[in-house]
Amino acid sequence: MKRSLALLVILAVVACHRERRPLAPAAVDSQRPNPLRMGDLQPGPKQLAATGINNPYEGNAYAISEGQRLFAQYNCSGCHFHGGGGIGPPLMDAEWIYGSSPVNIFTTISEGRPNGMPSYGGHIPVYQIWQLTTYVRALGGFEPKGATSPRSEEMMAKRAEEPK
Amino acid sequence: MVGATRRVRVRPQWLGGQAILLIVLLCAGCKAKTPDNKTFPFLQRYSANPSEKTDLVKLEGEDGQWIMPAKNYASTRFSGLNQINTGNVKNLKVAWTFSTGSDRGEEAAPIVVNNTMYIVTPFPNTLYALDLTQPGAPAKWSYKPKDMNNSAKGVACCDWVNRGCVYANGKIFFNTLDGKTAAVNAQTGDEVWVSQVADINRGESITMAPLVVKNKVLVGDSGGEFGVRGSLTALDSETGKQVWKAYSTGPDKDCLIGPGFHPFYDSDKGQDLGVKTWPPDAWKIGGGTTWGWISYDPALDLIYYGTGNPGPWNPEQRPGDNKWTCGMFARRPDTGEAVWAYQWSPHDVYDHDGINELLLLDLPINGQLRKVVVRPERNGYVYVLDRTTGQVLSANPFAFITSSTGVDLKTGRLQPVKEKAPGVGRVTRMICPPAPGAKDWEPSAYSPVTKLLYIPHANLCEDAEGLSANYIAGTPYVGSNVKMYAGPGGHRGEFDAWDPVAGKKIWTIKENFPLWSGTVATAGNVVFYGTMEGWFKAIDARTGQLLWQFKCGSGIIGQPITYQGPDGKQYVSILSGVGGWAGAIVAGQLDPHDGTAALGFVNAMSDLPQATTKGGMLYTFALP
Repeated sequence: MKRSLALLVILAVVACHRERRPLAPAAVDSQRPNPLRMGDLQPGPKQLAATGINNPYEGNAYAISEGQRLFAQYNCSGCHFHGGGGIGPPLMDAEWIYGSSPVNIFTTISEGRPNGMPSYGGHIPVYQIWQLTTYVRALGGFEPKGATSPRSEEMMAKRAEEPK
Repeated sequence: MVGATRRVRVRPQWLGGQAILLIVLLCAGCKAKTPDNKTFPFLQRYSANPSEKTDLVKLEGEDGQWIMPAKNYASTRFSGLNQINTGNVKNLKVAWTFSTGSDRGEEAAPIVVNNTMYIVTPFPNTLYALDLTQPGAPAKWSYKPKDMNNSAKGVACCDWVNRGCVYANGKIFFNTLDGKTAAVNAQTGDEVWVSQVADINRGESITMAPLVVKNKVLVGDSGGEFGVRGSLTALDSETGKQVWKAYSTGPDKDCLIGPGFHPFYDSDKGQDLGVKTWPPDAWKIGGGTTWGWISYDPALDLIYYGTGNPGPWNPEQRPGDNKWTCGMFARRPDTGEAVWAYQWSPHDVYDHDGINELLLLDLPINGQLRKVVVRPERNGYVYVLDRTTGQVLSANPFAFITSSTGVDLKTGRLQPVKEKAPGVGRVTRMICPPAPGAKDWEPSAYSPVTKLLYIPHANLCEDAEGLSANYIAGTPYVGSNVKMYAGPGGHRGEFDAWDPVAGKKIWTIKENFPLWSGTVATAGNVVFYGTMEGWFKAIDARTGQLLWQFKCGSGIIGQPITYQGPDGKQYVSILSGVGGWAGAIVAGQLDPHDGTAALGFVNAMSDLPQATTKGGMLYTFALP
């Protein structure tokens, strides 16, 4: 008897949820993550862009050097070279076609862009995308000087650690 | 110094009637010694079938028209038109212009058929038909290929260029950057067929102008910087269906190498050399793309084309000759069967693609009239080969070279300088010519009047450092840091008049920027070419004297042509619009603070943005 009463209550609750027709949706139901904004123009009063996602490695020297290694390993350097660009746009100038925020850059690497940028999402781990993001931000001059290594002169006759 | 030119050496005047007499005498005695079927038995089988005289063979001989970028199957880029000559060219004026609506590099040659001009733009590769019977040549129609894949831009090494379309049998054929070949009705602009030939997810794209031979559309691929396995594809011109495909690397059966294959040199003989001259499986991602020019000899019934660089650039990852990259093939157009092959640069270590134009000429060589193919090659030599056998008859330097000491005519092999090979962990300095070579794709022209070859080219050197390259399909596979700079003298471009029989330079015009435009020679003894600042120039074919120039809106990397309008007048056309590899710094707005940008070309071109801006425009000139 007790058991069937409990079942009845559960059924009633589930059925109620199923049948619920909120004529005025609660405010919480209309919330969505703040969108990534690639432009500055918004219709009406300005709202925030995505802030829920932060770069976990911002200002982290290890992430920047790992990002630099991955930048070569994943052939990013085959298109962007050492920041001056080629097949892809430069990453050391002041122009950022798809935005310069960490989330914008993360999205560019992860999702790709329609003018030739491949989408690395699903092909490499997410933490590596953040490391790449941090290195690209460093190329753009956004990372604190203390965390970035001095920009290497790429065609040195000998490497720094070699005997002169 | 922008736009400044200096004439260096004026050709001596003796080469007039005396030379012609000499050649006539030489030819008279040599007919019996010309290579024949007895000397080269493999030719017998083929010469039994005389080649068909198609409409195309007739049309390519008409000087009023210009039906393919190279003008004719022999790729001479010579026009018999002579209304514009050395005396009156100074009066040349703009007749009309046409904006292409593109701001990327315009490398295409316009073509002219039946009083219509056709031009194809860089990506998204719009085809325009301009009505030459109307004042100002308005567009009759335009054809936009459907479903163009924007991502193709990400596998285009050197800007989103296209080198032109071609006419055959009432249709216009051209390739798209995202790997398609399209056939369009030349009258109406209606699509006839579209075939997918290349796959961008393997790093393949297409930039070359196809050639139509005996109802086959010959299409080559690009992607030598993406670990592509290069190939040439023949499509049926009526249906677009593949007839044959010949790979540049791999087993003989894939390379269409069979019993009919007779290379001249021993190092090219043997089974499956396209596999054995590579580390295991490296040939599968080994390059040898075919993005350049194809020529055709209807009498021998052979097509000729070159193969691109081996991948990756870092040579330490691919010991061996890397066949059949950086070489050329002679093939049967009907079946694709290889007849002979030769490597300009076995085991290339510099990205010296072997895809430049191949001029089919009959020249008196050592007292014999020989059927030859002339090639101004990226490695810095003008080669003259017997086109029936593949024998190198001569190979003389036309540029400053530190990377090799010459070509051994016994073995046919380039003699590389070992100390100039780049490697991992060291920087090799003063490599000349650099990656784009002494001369890149920009085609030369030959005048049968002056008997000279006109070669637009670069004067550059580089520092290079090898890096370990990592193959990921669809991404670059290069493994090299490069920085280029001007060669000896400080000028970056040269325009040479070259005597292919004597194997020597007659005169040179120095240019500030590398020459990235083609050239056309005319019976009026005027030669045309353009500079990256935007100057379109007319030169005296005999002396090299500058006769006329016009400043176009943007730098010129296109191919000039000349044709006869419906009014009977001679016209000259050129596309202006800077870009390509050399102009990537302007087209792609690259940052000169990184000299290695655009495979190191940016280091040599940091002042180009001050000299020119982007924008595609066709200019057509005529006498008043």
